[in-house]
Amino acid sequence: MLRQKIQTYTLKIKQNQFLFEELVKRDFKKRYARTALGMLWSILNPLLQLLIMRLVFTHFFADRIPHYTTFLFSGMIVFNYFSESTREGMTTLIDNAPIFSKINVPKYLFLFAKNAQSWINFVLILGIYFVFCALDHVAFTWKFLMLIFPVVCLAVFNIGTGLVLSALYIFFLDIKYFWGIFLQLLQYVSALFYQIDTFSPAIQKLFYLNPIYLYIAYFREIVLYGIIPSLTLHIAILAEALLVFFLGVWIYKKYNWEFLYYI
Amino acid sequence: MSIIEVHNVSIRYKKGNFKDIGLKDYIIRKIRGTYHVEDFWADKDINFSLENGDMLGIIGTNGAGKSTLLKAISGVMEPTHGYIRHEGRISSLLELTGGFDDALTVRENTFLRGAFLGYTRQFMNKKYDEIIQFAELEEFQAHLFSQLSSGMKSRLAFSVASLIRPDILILDEVLSVGDGAFRKKSEAKMMEIIRGGATTLLVSHSLDQVRSLCNKILWLNKGQQIAFTKNVREACDQYEAFLDGNLDISEVTARKELN
Ligand SMILES: Nc1ncnc2c1ncn2[C@@H]1O[C@H](COP(=O)(O)OP(=O)(O)OP(=O)(O)O)[C@@H](O)[C@H]1O
Ligand SMILES: [Mg+2]
Repeated sequence: MLRQKIQTYTLKIKQNQFLFEELVKRDFKKRYARTALGMLWSILNPLLQLLIMRLVFTHFFADRIPHYTTFLFSGMIVFNYFSESTREGMTTLIDNAPIFSKINVPKYLFLFAKNAQSWINFVLILGIYFVFCALDHVAFTWKFLMLIFPVVCLAVFNIGTGLVLSALYIFFLDIKYFWGIFLQLLQYVSALFYQIDTFSPAIQKLFYLNPIYLYIAYFREIVLYGIIPSLTLHIAILAEALLVFFLGVWIYKKYNWEFLYYI
Repeated sequence: MSIIEVHNVSIRYKKGNFKDIGLKDYIIRKIRGTYHVEDFWADKDINFSLENGDMLGIIGTNGAGKSTLLKAISGVMEPTHGYIRHEGRISSLLELTGGFDDALTVRENTFLRGAFLGYTRQFMNKKYDEIIQFAELEEFQAHLFSQLSSGMKSRLAFSVASLIRPDILILDEVLSVGDGAFRKKSEAKMMEIIRGGATTLLVSHSLDQVRSLCNKILWLNKGQQIAFTKNVREACDQYEAFLDGNLDISEVTARKELN
């Protein structure tokens, strides 16, 4: 009895793993098949963005903020990962509607696969980020290892957000448009190119309501200032990631059978 | 014990102007009170059960609820009321060519489809050559899927799906795939699975096919169960008469033999 249960369970894992891998492969090929530069472009793109920001904002901030390139890059890497994985993730459920309306598959795997792609992209850029840190004469310490914490939490946070958005997108097609605007606004309040300490203490607190800023602050504290972030920051990051993740899981569970009606 | 039990199953769709609207329209319509969602019952109170090795023919006009019922049995939809209980592995061939990706090669699509159907990688590695061979697509393995003809596409779909020995086989108007030669081959393959003891549910608009293959009939009409009977000949005759307009649905006598 128990043996049988374990057997069906391991089979389930094997099946889902196979499907997940094939979906990742499919998304990868589809994304990079058409552009000649392929993956190179997804790395060049943020670097160009960095270059432009650096050129434009140097005049205003570079004298006041040491290691300004790294400062910019820290914010950008976090924000871009969030922005890309949620924008890409949003359409996964609709894109795969022809499949889950015919074949009984676990629907969340579509989003997981898409997120794996954004994650690989992010890790590549993270590598380049560290190269830039070195070029920018940032002191490497063992504390850099702690970056694993926000990186993992951000992945969970992004999956959660992707689950919520992909479900909403099935119901309301204009969410895509609203999310685009939201991301643009979010970019301005995430302190990508300025420091928040020029604001009054009351307004500084408001920045911490933005989950993305928490990650950016964490990165900057470790990389630029070499300090270990407060316990509160750790708890806030973890709690928000789990909260959004379970919200997404709950929505998928609740509406699992409803999605079909809206396609 | 029966291998499939469908008990008081009703399945609902939602109809109305709610599809393809945005959040903006949704809120506006909610405020104005013009947001309507209507229930539409594609199947109402369906009851039947099948024993091991049974071959059920499901008949009924377009929109009768046949495909919807099969979707619920294969687990794509959930019955709104009632329950479906089954034993063993289900393999379902619903609309074969949906879900393939034109931007991938034949080989990639084969593996992807295998993954969708719940096979493991090991299994696919072992069976890949056999699938391609059966589909007669050896020369096309590296071609993009969009370069295949639609007959070739359904041949591949059939080959992947018919690979395993399911306990329950669901066929929704798919018994005739491809050109004449392949059709013979696929029918033979299907019969092999059926003779191997699979319990089969077959939707077909070819009454000859139903007559010659099935030992039980489920007749649906506009979501209502008209008959579930072992008397295949009588049910088919009456269905034919009904189609020709010579018989009113209330006069169906096969009804009396329910269960
Ligand atoms: N996604 C959907 N949303 C709303 N209504 C639907 C949906 N799919 C099917 N229906 C309705 O449900 C009813 C039953 O459809 P179903 O596809 O089960 O019929 P069927 O018996 O398979 O017909 P056919 O012989 O044409 O294949 C139809 O009236 C159809 O309009
Ligand atoms: Mg149908």
